[in-house]
Parts: sequence; C-alpha cells; structure tokens
Amino acid sequence: MNDVMPYIALSGILFSIGCVGVLIRRNAIVVFMCVELMLNASNLALVAFAKQHGNLDGQIAAFFVMVVAAAEVVVGLAIIMTIFRTRRSASVDDASLLKY
Amino acid sequence: MVAFWILAPIMVIAALGILFVRKAVHAALLLAVVMISLSVLYLTLEAPFLFAVQIIVYTGAILMLFLFVLMLVGVDASDSVVETIPGQRATAIVGGVFLGVLLTVGLGQISLGTAVGLDDANSGGNIQALANILFSKYVFAFETTSALLITAAVGAMVLAHRERLTPKATQRSLAAQRLVDYEESGAHLGPLPPPGVYARHNAVDTPALLPDGSPAPSSVSRVLTARGTVRSAPAEADAIEQIEEQLGWAPHAGRDGAVPASTTEEAPATGGDHE
Repeated sequence: MNDVMPYIALSGILFSIGCVGVLIRRNAIVVFMCVELMLNASNLALVAFAKQHGNLDGQIAAFFVMVVAAAEVVVGLAIIMTIFRTRRSASVDDASLLKY
Repeated sequence: MVAFWILAPIMVIAALGILFVRKAVHAALLLAVVMISLSVLYLTLEAPFLFAVQIIVYTGAILMLFLFVLMLVGVDASDSVVETIPGQRATAIVGGVFLGVLLTVGLGQISLGTAVGLDDANSGGNIQALANILFSKYVFAFETTSALLITAAVGAMVLAHRERLTPKATQRSLAAQRLVDYEESGAHLGPLPPPGVYARHNAVDTPALLPDGSPAPSSVSRVLTARGTVRSAPAEADAIEQIEEQLGWAPHAGRDGAVPASTTEEAPATGGDHE
C-alpha cells in the first residue's frame, strides 16, 4: 500500500484537536502547546504531500515552518513570562487589560 | 504502514490528553509523545532529515523551553475551570468535532492516486537533495530566516531582561525590616518552624506538629502545598497519642479539650484545600 491518505487524515485530526485546545484551555502555556500541535499537524500534511507528488518542496516548507515555530516560541514564551511577572498569573483571561 | 497504524492511535490519544490534563507539565510531556511519534512518521514518509530536525529542534529545544518556562512560572499555574464566556467550551468542542469531521470526510472524498514516492528525488541522498533545493530555489527565504531568528533572539532578551529598580536587599536591611514588621504587626521574628518537628518523619513534606498535636501549615514549603504532596499529619498525631499511652503518660490537657476535633478536620485541609 503506497498511499498517503491516512497521513493526511491524521494531520486533519491533530489539527482539529489543536484548534479545540486553543479555544478551551485557559493556561497560556498550554494554549501555546496546542498552537505547536497545529503547526506539527500541518508539517505532517506537507511531508505527506511531498511524498505524494515526488518532489522535496514540501519537506523544505516543513523545515521553514519549524524555523518559524522556533522563533515564535521564543518570543511567545518571553511574553508569557513578562505577563506572569507583573500579573502573577499565566491565564489568558487575566491579560485582558490591553483591551481597555 | 505498520508504523503508522501503531503510532496514529498513540498520537491521537496523547493529543486528546493535552486537552484534558489539569497540569501543564503533563500536557508538555504528552506533546513530547506526539512529536517523537511524528518524527518516526517522517521516517516512514522518506524524510530522514526532518526526522532528525523534528527530534532535535522540536523535542529537544522547543519542548525543553516550554518546560523551563513552566519551571519559572511555577507548578501552581494550573488551569482554571471557570468559563469567562458562557457556553464557550461546549461550542468550541462542537466546532472542533465539526472541523475534524469536515477535514477527514472531505479529504476522504478525493482520491490522490498512487503516491509517486521520493525514490527519484532522494536518489543522491535526502540531505544532499534538500540542500540542492534550499541553496538554489529557496536561498533568499533561507537567508531571510537568519534575520527572523536574530530578531526573535533580541526580542526575547529585551522582553526577559529586567532592570533592577530598587537596591539589592542586604542581610542587614532584611533584619531591620523584620524588626519593623514585628513592631508594627507582631509578625514572628524568628525563622519559620522546620518541617517534621515532633512528627514521626522529618521529611520536608511532613508538617511540624504544634504542642497540641495539630499540624503547623507554615512549616511546609508553599510549593509542596501547591503541588498537593504534603503528607497528612493526623496519623502522626494519633501515633503520639499511642506512644503517650504506651509510656503511661497522662494525655495533654489541651489535647482533650478543644483541639482533637479540629485536628482531624483541619489536617486534610493542609494538603487538600488547593484541589
């Protein structure tokens, strides 16, 4: 069996789980982990399509996604740390002061 | 495909676990399970370079960064179960299930045909082939990445750096402050009681017993209390009673009077009120 369809389906399932996690979790760090899960799911789809079409552009795209994810995590966690330092809380509901 | 059918259920279960575990550390470990499984899937998809990068960058660097931040933020930063927007959680779950069904069913409708496979593209080695593309077709994007990475590094340093606004507290000033507190509010001047005093164990998770046999909450580290791993003291308090009986001592006057009822009621609260 030389089919990549199950990989794409798994990628879709992982992406929706990540989506739900971003929406229902209140801890900013766990929300961030769910964003990572969504990025990983899209990477899996990219690599699977690279195999389907027989060229390596999909793998290069997945590689760039990883680089951008690393940069995003560094800045995002620094922001969470700064907010935690001033508010003593890592909950996304407590950082609503920027709204006003 | 065998590896896929073994790993796919593990990944889905671990990913669902991220949604439902209470502690952020457990969520990070479950995410590690998903990422390592994913790297093996990359191997089955003929991407050995991404297999290594996935383990080194994601599992090695990014997840460790998450764990470091969890260590700094503290263990009691667990999720609140309060819903800020009423019905948001149920709506989100329904929407997520809808999205998942839509993606899988919609993708099930199309047929991609037999995969071409990467045997031709990887004929000179996967890493060599990736390097050929990366440094010809995508060289501009690759060089731009360096600007992105240095911006992220500088940004993180600026955000995490903290200027010292007040002079560093010396031992002398701390001692003076302690005396001022004692004068104003009568706060205890000496050190806190160490854990385990008069209890059967002197481990750090066993609260000290006050002379009347009740546990002293201030003797246990705040972190242990938040984590919920403080031993309950009533067992030790009972043991003291037994020892007193064995020795033939008269029970404490204070023990029999007001305290014993509160000993059994308060002690579980020492370890359990944060739950």
